[in-house]
Amino acid sequence: MKIRKDRLVFNILGVVVILLITLFCVLPFLLILTGSITSQGSILRDGYRFIPKEISFQAYQIIFESPDMLLKAYGVTIMVTVIGTLTGLFFTAMTAYVLNSKDFKYRNHFSFYFYFTTIFGGGLVPWYIMMVKYLKMKDTYMALIFPLLMNVIYILIMRNFMKSIPDAIFESAKLDGAGDFTIFLRLVLPLSKPSLATIGLFIALNYWNDWYNAMLFVDKQSMFPLQYFLYQILSKLDFINQTASRSGVPVPQMPSEPMKLAMTVVATGPIVLLYPFVQKYFVKGITVGAVKG
Amino acid sequence: MKKKNGILYELNKNKVKFLMIMPAVLYFFIMCYVPMTGIVLAFKNYTYTGGIFKSPWVGFNNFKFFFNSGKAFLVTKNTILYNIAFLIINNFLQITVAIILSELAGKCFKKISQSLMFLPYFISWVVVGAFIYNLFNYEFGAVNTLLNSMGMEPIDVYSNPSAWKYILVAVSAWKWVGYGSVLYLAAILGIDSEIYEAADIDGANIFKKIWHITLPSLKPTVIILLLLSLGNIMKGDFQMFYQVVGNNGLVLDATDVIDTYVVRSLMDLQEFGMTAAAGLYQSVLSLFIILGANKLIKIIDNDYALF
Repeated sequence: MKIRKDRLVFNILGVVVILLITLFCVLPFLLILTGSITSQGSILRDGYRFIPKEISFQAYQIIFESPDMLLKAYGVTIMVTVIGTLTGLFFTAMTAYVLNSKDFKYRNHFSFYFYFTTIFGGGLVPWYIMMVKYLKMKDTYMALIFPLLMNVIYILIMRNFMKSIPDAIFESAKLDGAGDFTIFLRLVLPLSKPSLATIGLFIALNYWNDWYNAMLFVDKQSMFPLQYFLYQILSKLDFINQTASRSGVPVPQMPSEPMKLAMTVVATGPIVLLYPFVQKYFVKGITVGAVKG
Repeated sequence: MKKKNGILYELNKNKVKFLMIMPAVLYFFIMCYVPMTGIVLAFKNYTYTGGIFKSPWVGFNNFKFFFNSGKAFLVTKNTILYNIAFLIINNFLQITVAIILSELAGKCFKKISQSLMFLPYFISWVVVGAFIYNLFNYEFGAVNTLLNSMGMEPIDVYSNPSAWKYILVAVSAWKWVGYGSVLYLAAILGIDSEIYEAADIDGANIFKKIWHITLPSLKPTVIILLLLSLGNIMKGDFQMFYQVVGNNGLVLDATDVIDTYVVRSLMDLQEFGMTAAAGLYQSVLSLFIILGANKLIKIIDNDYALF
């Protein structure tokens, strides 16, 4: 079969455009990776380049020799992510279930009650005072969990997912004498596994990438989550020096530049490695979310 | 007997459902509705001991302070202009990518490139900040290394405010191109394939098909999405601006948006009253813009109206 000329032109143009944009998206990742295995001296002399002139794994060595601060930060993030995601997901699904039940007369009122919070708010200051002065959350793990627990958009997306469960299932369960909470626990949750995975991953990603709440509410170094710990490393030299004194490398000989990048790699690696397996859930979430909220 | 449609009847009939929705109701009450009453702070001189309700009133002083600081106009302008630039460029790029991906043969190539374009969405803004440092650092950033090797003068973006417009627009495009194109791709796949087949029979070439079928079919989606993002036009993406630009005084005039201004005043200056005033100004303006956008959506397609 002859390929038509317009197809050919389109395919060539299309591949070029997509390749360029893909490259644009990936290059920063590669630069960080090559930068992290360049020797400090080479960076100071030649700058960061795509192909390192002098390869050195010293930065990783130092990080893995005294990983206690890094592990602590990982621990905080994992704990916050697991607890926050499971609790948040449970409440999100439960709320969505109620908003989706046809025999619940006030469901539209409640939907609007939730929705209104996305279009009007009191701003940062009253919220901050609420968290610190009235909920007493300064320097607590709750300050990292509570603000991201529930999100109106996720509740509405979850409700959209649940619309596809046939009503007959609820009705027959009711005839068998099951209460609402039993129906939710025994029927709705198992039937919503794919959508739970989708929303759960969105919530988990929010927790994993969060540094903002740590910046606002956490001053104790031992409670820093991974991303905020990384931010400290990147923006404050004394953080690098602290690591240096723990690992026994004299401060002037610290490979501070590649260490910043190596820390970035170590903090981002798991997400990038996990990403191919979870991507499809995110794609699904975006497409369902785009259908009216 | 109770009235069949009264609130008490409903409460009794759906007791369990009310209980099940209560955690979420309470959550948003504490996190959103109670802080809304904190709006009064904008008219008060906040003291820690007085709290939200017992601090003394100062009338419109906080607003006067905010508007006289000369910052109000600047941050509003920056917020709106940046958002408009993001909107136009991001959507253009996302639609282009979606159209190409929908027409291109080669499943494997499409899959891999789509995955790689989606990757930036998963990265925290802190890491994006590391990327920016890695690229634009004056002494050894990759961009300057490249410029040097080509015999050109290195650029110092940290003392060059106008460079940040381009950097921020590029970063936003980079972060959202994969995410947005997924959305538009779904819309394209929803177009009736018979229209394309009919066009094939009529001998239309691929460019004609894109121009006369795909783009017009996408028009409602684009308009709705644009109007929806119009509602956020007064909101600067704090995490992005803060991490990409950093706390860099030299370029603040070109990069300060309402949200960064608010957080900085709160964290650095502890200016509760003035910051609350700026926040209220932003919230109220936002609300009016959303109401307006919603009216427009209703005119175009009632199905997509927010409320």
